[in-house]
Amino acid sequence: MKLALKLAYRNLMGAGLRTWLNVIVLSFSFVIIIWLKGVMTGWDHQAKTDMTNWEIGGGQYWHSTYDPFDPFTITDSHAPIPDELKKREEAGEIVPMLLVQGAIFPEGRMMPVTIRGVNPSQNILHLPVKELITNDGTIAAIIGSQMAKVSQLKEGDYVTLRWRDANGTFDATDVLICHVFSTNVPSVDLGQIYIPLSTLQEFALLPGEATLITLKNAEESATEYPGWVYKSKEELTRQVDEMIKTKSAGQTVIYAILLLLAMLAIFDTQVLSIFRRQREIGTYVALGYTRQQVVGLFTVEGSMNALLAALLSAAYGIPFLAWQAKAGWTMPIDTSEFGMAIAQTLYPVYSLGLVAGTVAIITITTAIVSYLPSRKIAKMNPTDALRGKLQ
Amino acid sequence: MKTFFISLFTLLFLNLSAQDASSVLEKIDANMSSKNRIFESSMTILGKRGSRTITSKSYSEGTNRSFTEYLSPASEKGTKMLKLDKHLWIYSPSTDRTIQISGHMLRQSVMGSDLSYEDMMDDRKLTEVYNAVVSGEVMYGDRRSIVLTLTAKVTDAAYYTQKMWVDAERFVPLKQELFAKSGKLLKQMEMKDVVQIQGRWFPTSIIYKDMLKQGDGTEFRMTKISFDQKIPEHIFTKASLKQ
Repeated sequence: MKLALKLAYRNLMGAGLRTWLNVIVLSFSFVIIIWLKGVMTGWDHQAKTDMTNWEIGGGQYWHSTYDPFDPFTITDSHAPIPDELKKREEAGEIVPMLLVQGAIFPEGRMMPVTIRGVNPSQNILHLPVKELITNDGTIAAIIGSQMAKVSQLKEGDYVTLRWRDANGTFDATDVLICHVFSTNVPSVDLGQIYIPLSTLQEFALLPGEATLITLKNAEESATEYPGWVYKSKEELTRQVDEMIKTKSAGQTVIYAILLLLAMLAIFDTQVLSIFRRQREIGTYVALGYTRQQVVGLFTVEGSMNALLAALLSAAYGIPFLAWQAKAGWTMPIDTSEFGMAIAQTLYPVYSLGLVAGTVAIITITTAIVSYLPSRKIAKMNPTDALRGKLQ
Repeated sequence: MKTFFISLFTLLFLNLSAQDASSVLEKIDANMSSKNRIFESSMTILGKRGSRTITSKSYSEGTNRSFTEYLSPASEKGTKMLKLDKHLWIYSPSTDRTIQISGHMLRQSVMGSDLSYEDMMDDRKLTEVYNAVVSGEVMYGDRRSIVLTLTAKVTDAAYYTQKMWVDAERFVPLKQELFAKSGKLLKQMEMKDVVQIQGRWFPTSIIYKDMLKQGDGTEFRMTKISFDQKIPEHIFTKASLKQ
C-alpha cells in the first residue's frame, strides 16, 4: 500500500498541469459545497435564534381556536389567562399577548393590521416594549421597520387606529408611533402594531384576556390548561426546518453539477492514463503484480486527486470560509419580503461533521470514478500490453 | 323650591324629548324599512384619481336576506353577492367561484368604496338599536330638520353614537354622522333626492364618506326602486349565485 501511494504520488506529480487542473476543479467543489452548506446551517441557526428572541421564546400556549394562517379565527381567539400562568407572569417567566384585528389610516389610506397588546415590563422577547410607557396619557405604539416602510410611518407620527370591541362596536383613537424596531422575523413586523396589553384589553373589553402566552423557558412536560394548546419550540420552528430542507434539496443540484464537472475531469484523466500507460501496466504484471493490484494502483492514483484537492482547499478555503463566517454573506436581493425569518446578511456556520462529511463524500465519489475506468486493466492481455499494443 | 321646579321641568322636558325622539325614530323606520324591496342602483366611488361607477340590481327582504347582482362595468359584471343572516357570499364569474366573506374581510371596502361589507350587512331598524334624544332643530339646506343624538341601547351596535339630521316633515334622515365609542367621527352619510314612493318618503341618493380615509366618498344612487314586491324564494339561495 505504501508503495502504491508512493507510485501514485509520483505519477500524479509527473502528470504536471493535468493533475493540478483536476485538483483545482475538485478543490472548488470542496470549498463551495462546504460554504453553501455552512450558509444553510447559519440560516437555520439565525432563523431559530431570531424567532426565539422575537416571537416564540421557549414555547407558547395558544388559545385553542387561534390559527395564525387563518385570520378568521383571531376574532374569537381570546380567553382569561389561567391563574397559574398569571403567577408566572409576575415572576417574569411568561409574556401574555392579546391579538385584535383593526385598521390604521396613515395619510388617509386604510391598512388592516393586527393590534398586539404586550406588557411593557416584559423582558423575555426582544420587542422594545419599554418604549410604550408614557407619562402624559398618550397611547404609544411600536411598529417594525418593514411595517413603517409599507405604511410610510416614522417615529413621532400620530396615526388613527380603529378596531371593534368584543361586542362588535367600532372604536378609534390616535396613537403615537414612539419607536420603530428592526427585526428579521417578518411575522412580528409586517401588519403588526404593538400597544400596552392593559390598554388593548380595555379597548377591546377583554380584561385579563390573551390570545398567546409565550414562555421564557421550554417546558419539559407542558401543563394542560383548558382552552389552551401548548406549542413547543420545535413545533413552532418546523416551518424553518421545512424551508431549509427544501432549499437544501434545491442546492443538491448545484453540488451534483460541481461534482459532475470534477468527476468528469478525473474520469477522462483515468481513461487517458490507462490508454497511454499500457506498457507500464504490462510491466507491472510482468514484475509480478496481480491485475487487481494494478487496478488498485490506478484507483489510488485517481483518489489521490481528492487528497491533494483537500489540501489545496484547506490552503485557500480555510481563510475564505473563516472570513465569511465573520463578515457574512449579504444577499443581493431584499429578504424582507421572503415572508420568513431570514437576515439580509447570513453568517455561515461550519461544523466538524459538515467538513468531514463533505471530504468523505467527495473522496469516496472520486475513488469510485477512478475505479470505474481502471476495471479495463483486469481485462487486458499482459503480453499485448507490454508490447504497447492497443487494446 | 326654585331648584325643584327647574329640576322637574328639566326632567319633564328630557322625557318629552326622548318620547318625541322615539316617535321620530319610529317614523324614520316606517319610511326606510319595508318588508322587501327591489332596486337598481349606481355606486360612484369618488377617488383621488377620478371616479368609477358600478351599477347593480338588488333584492332585499327584511334585514336578514339580500341578493345583489352587479351589472357594470364589464370587469364587475356578473359578480353576485348573497347575504343570509350573518353570512355573506360573493360569486365571481371570472373564477367561477363562490367565497364566503367573514372575519376581517367583512371590514374591507366593497369594490373600493367607502362602504364595508359590514356596513351593508348591518341594517337593523334604528328603534331596535338606539335610544334617541332631540338635540335641536335647524335648517338643513332648505329643509327644517330635527337633530337627533342616538346612543346604542344594545351592546352589539356597530356605532355607539350617531348624530342624525331628520327632515321634520317627511321623517327621512338627511345627514348622519357615525361615531366610535371614543367619540371619534368615523363615517358620514348625506341623503339627497328624497322622493315619495308607494306612500313613503325615501332618499334615492346617499353619499357615504369614511372620515378616516382620503377621497370624496361614495355616491349611492337608486335609479329604480319598488317596495313590498313578490320576490321568488330561489333568489335568496346559494344556487342563485351561479345562475
